[in-house]
Amino acid sequence: MNLNAFWEYANPKKFIQTADWLLPWFAGLAAVTLVSGLIWGFFFTPADYRQGSTVKIIYLHVPSALMAINAWLMMLVTSLIWIVRRHHVSALAARAAAPVGMVMTLIALVTGAIWGQPMWGTWWAWDPRLTSFLILFLFYLGYIALWEAIENDDTAADLTSILCLVGSVFALLSRYAVNFWNQGLHQGASLSLDKEENVADVFWYPLLVCMAGFVFLFIALVLMRTRTEIRARRMRALLARERMGA
Amino acid sequence: MMPDLGKYAEAVLSSYAVSILMIVVLVMLSVRRSNRVKKELQEVESKVKSNG
Amino acid sequence: MIALLLRDIRLAMRAGGGFGLGLSFFLIVVVLVPFGVGPQSALLTVIAPGVLWLGALLACLLSLDRILALDWEDGSLDLLATSPVPMEGIVSVKALAHWLTTGLPLVAAAPVLGLLLNLSEAGYKWLIISLFLGTPALSVIGTFGAALTVGLKRGGLLLSLLVLPLYVPTLIFGAEVARRGAEGFDVTTPLLMLAGITCGTIALLPFASAAVLRVNLR
Repeated sequence: MNLNAFWEYANPKKFIQTADWLLPWFAGLAAVTLVSGLIWGFFFTPADYRQGSTVKIIYLHVPSALMAINAWLMMLVTSLIWIVRRHHVSALAARAAAPVGMVMTLIALVTGAIWGQPMWGTWWAWDPRLTSFLILFLFYLGYIALWEAIENDDTAADLTSILCLVGSVFALLSRYAVNFWNQGLHQGASLSLDKEENVADVFWYPLLVCMAGFVFLFIALVLMRTRTEIRARRMRALLARERMGA
Repeated sequence: MMPDLGKYAEAVLSSYAVSILMIVVLVMLSVRRSNRVKKELQEVESKVKSNG
Repeated sequence: MIALLLRDIRLAMRAGGGFGLGLSFFLIVVVLVPFGVGPQSALLTVIAPGVLWLGALLACLLSLDRILALDWEDGSLDLLATSPVPMEGIVSVKALAHWLTTGLPLVAAAPVLGLLLNLSEAGYKWLIISLFLGTPALSVIGTFGAALTVGLKRGGLLLSLLVLPLYVPTLIFGAEVARRGAEGFDVTTPLLMLAGITCGTIALLPFASAAVLRVNLR
């Protein structure tokens, strides 16, 4: 791939054009895969012999948990791009992704709690995975709050991207700390893409469709929200210039 | 048509309801803000053009 | 740099500098805990290391916004930025001053408050060691948070929101050392991790703090 062509999308105008063109596709894909995946999972999969029908929660729990982490990784990458190459689109994409990631974390936490209630007999356990996600949620909160608190766009982009880098290191540290602190009830990462032997095919295929659906949903939302942020930024710049001129 | 969810029906249904609700709210908020910002930007741009 | 350190310490010691504030807060938190959980001394013995660590952490948090806010308001931060001392040095000195005026007194006060919470005999040594090792990390991380929020009008609450998640690993390992020590278990692993976190943050985080401060002074 030609790298220079890639950086063209760092031009806000070009990005908006591309996003305008891509958005309906991704939105459509997200709608189709999500609806079909969830319907497949909900209506046409058998109950697990051990977990009963609660196994159906997996089609929401695992994809949202996956996206909660991937959203943070995406923010990390875009923050780095902002720090190194100073493309506004990159910083604004990180800003746009944060609330989506936070909602994904929340979905993972809530479905996890609802699932844990019948399976473990408790809504919440201070299990390493649960705790890590709670901490991840707090990181999202702080990150979003910092964006909202700073008025100057460039300052906000700089500070939040540094916070994202430092936060990533500490989030990783917390993950290990929490692991050390309490070995928990949660099963291991039974569902990573390379370890499918833990899951029977009947559950695996609809789960894949749901994961694809969440990925498309995330892409569509981030495209739309980045477009919004670019426009909002341009509006603020125009208004500021007008005030200066008046 | 409704599958037999057994004794865990409440847990399964509520987690689907909560998650779908959250996704719908997120999408709706994003779309609404997108449209609003688009309109406001157009207004500001036309105003700036007419002034300058 | 030494002059800056002495100046910061003197400013903190002066009335209104908040020197005693952190200590008093620590005392009050520890006194309030038995009111909340009940006076059974067996229970207090169990939770004492964790409560003392948490109290120290919160007391530390209380004085974070003073690290940079006063210098920001009267403009001396701009002067410091133009001085030959590199920004990394300035934030390190600021963190050190904060530790000397807040962290160190907390370490000294912790055993006394341990008495109130019926801390087990073996626990005192490890409580002091873990706090002594861990509080520098709290100061350095806190300076990073203070640098992030220094330009904001209502930065205090945001500062807590940003800093507390960053405190998680330090708290976990620090409290683990104190707890294992109090119960007479082996403390090597958490102790090494705690020391590692402290050394790592002292070595690396000043660069982030300095970068953030430069952005804010722009």
